[in-house]
Amino acid sequence: MRRTWWIYLIGVLGLVAVAAPFLWMVLGSFKTQGELLRVPPTWWPQDATTQNYNDLFSKANFPRYFVNSTLVALVVTAGNLTFCSMIGYALAKLRFKGRNALFVLVMATLMIPGMVTFVPLFVLVTNAGLANSYPGLILPFLVSPFGVFLMRQFFLGLPDDLMDAGRVDGSGELGIFARIMLPLTRPALATLGILTFLGSWNNFLWPLVIAQTEDKYTLPVALALYSTGQNAQNYGLLMAGAVVVVLPVLVMFLAFQRHVTKGIAITGLK
Amino acid sequence: MSSKETARPPGLRPGGRAGEEAGATAEPGARPEALAGGPGPRPSAGAGRSRAAGSGGAAAPRRAGRLDRQTAAAWVLILPFVLLFLAFTAGPVLGSLGMSFTDIRQRDLRTPFSVNGVGFGNYVKAFQDETFRKAAFNTAYFVVIGVPLTLVVALAAAVLLDRGVKRFQALFKVGYYLPVVTSIVAIAVIWRFVLAPDSGLLNTVLGWVGIDGPNWLASKTWAMPSLIAMAVWRNFGSAMIIFLAGLQGIPQSVEEAGQIDGASSWQRFRYLIMPLLRPTILFTSVTTGIGYLQFFEEPFVMTQGGPLDSTISVSMYTYNQFGFGNYGLATAMAYILFVVIAVITFIQFRLLREK
Repeated sequence: MRRTWWIYLIGVLGLVAVAAPFLWMVLGSFKTQGELLRVPPTWWPQDATTQNYNDLFSKANFPRYFVNSTLVALVVTAGNLTFCSMIGYALAKLRFKGRNALFVLVMATLMIPGMVTFVPLFVLVTNAGLANSYPGLILPFLVSPFGVFLMRQFFLGLPDDLMDAGRVDGSGELGIFARIMLPLTRPALATLGILTFLGSWNNFLWPLVIAQTEDKYTLPVALALYSTGQNAQNYGLLMAGAVVVVLPVLVMFLAFQRHVTKGIAITGLK
Repeated sequence: MSSKETARPPGLRPGGRAGEEAGATAEPGARPEALAGGPGPRPSAGAGRSRAAGSGGAAAPRRAGRLDRQTAAAWVLILPFVLLFLAFTAGPVLGSLGMSFTDIRQRDLRTPFSVNGVGFGNYVKAFQDETFRKAAFNTAYFVVIGVPLTLVVALAAAVLLDRGVKRFQALFKVGYYLPVVTSIVAIAVIWRFVLAPDSGLLNTVLGWVGIDGPNWLASKTWAMPSLIAMAVWRNFGSAMIIFLAGLQGIPQSVEEAGQIDGASSWQRFRYLIMPLLRPTILFTSVTTGIGYLQFFEEPFVMTQGGPLDSTISVSMYTYNQFGFGNYGLATAMAYILFVVIAVITFIQFRLLREK
């Protein structure tokens, strides 16, 4: 019993270290530029202001970036849920030529850095006339090897008897997938959905190269360009921008965290 | 191109992304037939159908017919993935390799076939480029210090939660994991303010104990350690979750046996628990390593590679070459990174595989 208190102390200090930068961000977003530059810095805002958020939503075009990020993330998530569960089922439960080769190929691409594909991808998408467009932002991410792996692992755990029962009842193979097996994967779909949404929301390199005008920026692109461009010294605006980027995923993660940690346990991947 | 941010790294990124070992660590309780790669043919179903057809002798062709239907269904189900995969992953991977042997530049964008081959010219140019060598050194620095540090912190946190913290365990777990799900760009913006010289959080806290902190991001010495500290802070939660699952899979009896033999708690951890965690350590070191080798957003937002190129990474320099329009050179650099990632992953598997 005696040694538990200091274990909790270390644990709490760790939590403080993790949380402090986030608190610093939220509190900073309500400070004036003058207060942000004060030495020594203030912890609590002395004269709290929402000016930074006003600027974000009027001078800067953050509502548009927010809509862009949301739209891209939703479509990418829908695509992954649909296509990854389809191929995941085929890889786990159907017998066809080349199945193992296909699986190995998909797994091998998990290792490929985004840097390797983005230049030819940029050439391809540009030549297809899709640069600076929503399809250009979305199409390359509609499927992911991670999603295929996660769905395959989950389908492997479902009993084959269900499929056989469906066949006896005269269902077609696609009917068995859509009506019998797919509804059973709801936990895996929840995990894949939340992880894909978070990944898309935070994605940076591809939107950075393919979104060329402000009206197509996603939130991370806008924040990064603001922070390195002419607004680099506008600390309050950047803090408020970081809040707008981070807060939705924090809320979403806290609401669905069970699915996230379970997904990591299923696949060992994040 | 899969998103690094899920992965790391990514942000895991990202991203951590490596597949091979995952099947083994993933489902300890999975049925053997499942791990072997799927179901065998079920005689019962074939029997049911042949009864309906009224002819026992037709069972074999009928089963073949069922397999054909499975094949047809499988093709329908994999088709969208295969098309998207060919167009946006496999194609670009090969395209990138091809481009790395050409002098393709931005102005050739509309006519990608009018460029000239230059053999290994781009690769030679990359290795002769002093900034690229600097970037390679920085990336190695980031990985060699960052990965072990991340794993040690993650393992310490996992042991703390598994052995010590019973009440509120979920709260601590979620808390430590929080930074992993947030955008690296936003984190980097916040940390720029945390690390600011006079009005920053870190130097203020250091000031309480009488330490006069440097201007972290403007110092050639301190900029890189600052980026590493931020990466550890952001990513350790990801490995921690995996370690925690690994620790919880070790039966209590292992520790009890050590206790009976009179081993101290450190000895029990070092000689009983650690060897059992070997596959988990392998897995987390591979995924973390792959993510860290690609680090990009941190210098992009926090230092722009400076001061004096002391934090420029291979990924960031590749991106810069792309920005200059040197597509051939950029793809060659990306492929060098790719080969390094593959080789290091292979070495990690060899080193950490069961002795």
